[in-house]
Amino acid sequence: MEQRHLKGYLYLLPAVLFLGVFLVYPLFDVVTYSFEEGYNFASQTYRGIGLYNYRYVLRDPYFLQALKNTLLLVIITVPLSTGLALVISVALHSITVLKDFFQTIFFLPYVTNTLAVGLVFMILFARTPYSDGLMNLLLGIFGIAPIDFIEGPYAAKLFVLSFYTIWIVLPFKILILTSALAGVDENLIKAARIDGTGPMRIFFKITLPMISPMIFYLVITGFIGAFKAYSDAVAIFGVNLNAAGMNTIVGYVYDMLYGDSGGFPSYASAAAILLFLIVLTITLINLLASRGRVRSN
Amino acid sequence: MDRIVTKTPVSTRVLHILAWILLIVWGLLVLFPFYWMLLTSLKGYGAYNAEYVPRFYTLSPTLENYATAFTAVPLARYFVNTLVFTVVTTGLMLIVITLSAFAFARLSFPGRDLVFLLFLSLMMIPGELVVITNFVTITDLGLRNSFTGLILPSVTSVFYIYLLKENFEQVPDTLYYAAKVDGTPDLVYLFKVLCPICRPTLVTVTILKAIECWNSYVWPRLITDNARYFLVSVGIQEIRENGFGRENIPAMMAAVVVISLPLIVIFIVFRKKIMAGVARGGLKG
Repeated sequence: MEQRHLKGYLYLLPAVLFLGVFLVYPLFDVVTYSFEEGYNFASQTYRGIGLYNYRYVLRDPYFLQALKNTLLLVIITVPLSTGLALVISVALHSITVLKDFFQTIFFLPYVTNTLAVGLVFMILFARTPYSDGLMNLLLGIFGIAPIDFIEGPYAAKLFVLSFYTIWIVLPFKILILTSALAGVDENLIKAARIDGTGPMRIFFKITLPMISPMIFYLVITGFIGAFKAYSDAVAIFGVNLNAAGMNTIVGYVYDMLYGDSGGFPSYASAAAILLFLIVLTITLINLLASRGRVRSN
Repeated sequence: MDRIVTKTPVSTRVLHILAWILLIVWGLLVLFPFYWMLLTSLKGYGAYNAEYVPRFYTLSPTLENYATAFTAVPLARYFVNTLVFTVVTTGLMLIVITLSAFAFARLSFPGRDLVFLLFLSLMMIPGELVVITNFVTITDLGLRNSFTGLILPSVTSVFYIYLLKENFEQVPDTLYYAAKVDGTPDLVYLFKVLCPICRPTLVTVTILKAIECWNSYVWPRLITDNARYFLVSVGIQEIRENGFGRENIPAMMAAVVVISLPLIVIFIVFRKKIMAGVARGGLKG
């Protein structure tokens, strides 16, 4: 009997070991780091315990810039990508021929390497001495003067980043929403149609409420994902995001940790915990706001 | 009655046309970057830089950029590194999660359900929070710029343990008891009976993990600064910053094509499995 119990723990041992060392211990450790003032990476010593790291981060212009970039990115991309995914999914649901074909194409960005494909976006939008680039060629048709989207005005840079982010996150949202739409009871819609209900009314009164839990799920995961934006920005603007003025909170954490500006795990920890608190707050607000509005089940 | 059902009002027809336009436009927007990277990678260096107005086609495609991509930068090494990293990480993870899922699904020991609940709660921990300490841990162990350092933190996944456990539980108990009566050891039963039955789930997990490994960027970037250990994501960024020189865009695009190709092939072959797997709860980023 004793031995049988031991066996269960033995099977779990590798997972417990890895999770313990690389997930549970770091969780507590990062909190400790964030309160250790004047931590020295080389000698692994610190001066005292307190809130200095948080004060430092909150006053750091790079952090404030990263916070602003991230917030704007969240505000722009979450509603746009969710809305666009909804419209595309409804369109996809309404056709019968080529449905599989479109579904496959739409999913393609999900499996691509963010860093590699980001370079293509960079080239499409960049303006170099050799060429104004494809995007400016298109804008020129409408009589708009060439803009450098990669190293130019802030709004242009934010536009490219938002565009690429939406391009990257849409496949997942379309996939989730098309499967949600496929799960809506066809009989309800047929019955409404026989009663003479118009397609718009059917959509807003039947379909939308039926898939609202999935939309809500996408909004929450969308917020969390957008707050953690980083790789997409690196792909477009390069490794030195602070110089480009396009850093994100996660980027700030990594820059504090490593690289030319790195070696400050305490500041990195404080910033990471601030990010975590922001995400937690937003998620809780979302949960409260959705209460009663979303059909449960 | 029949007349009412089959009649399509004008508004419905307009909506239908709008739906098609939207699908085609978004389809083109998705495909265009892929077309552009392939096209640019086939343009000659001189020809590309002579185009002040970019052209949508090329009449003299060349493979010279691919030769440059493999000779001027260690692209082949990045490629092999990523392959090794992906295969070893995915393989180790499969062993770890299979053992755990089996323990949770089939073995009985005190506190099993509590431990499983604790495991599930670990899914809420954001990776960004723990990466700081992991970076310090791996640095202190002297494992920077090594495959061990790259691989170790990502060989466990609570979500996949959960997925596999659910699947294991669907296999009838009688099979297990029959194996026990025959004197089959648990490990043999697990790998010879249970795993083959649950192969579809294992395949899905393998593909999703392999894609994740192939695309991983943050951890490899933190833990490697020696080009001998670069994975493709870090490699392509390195190529961009100081590879062929900033203006050799065609060679850069050739590298991008080489890096993207394995994923696109895997996606085309396993597209049904990948999409079903992601719909069940795979999350990017």
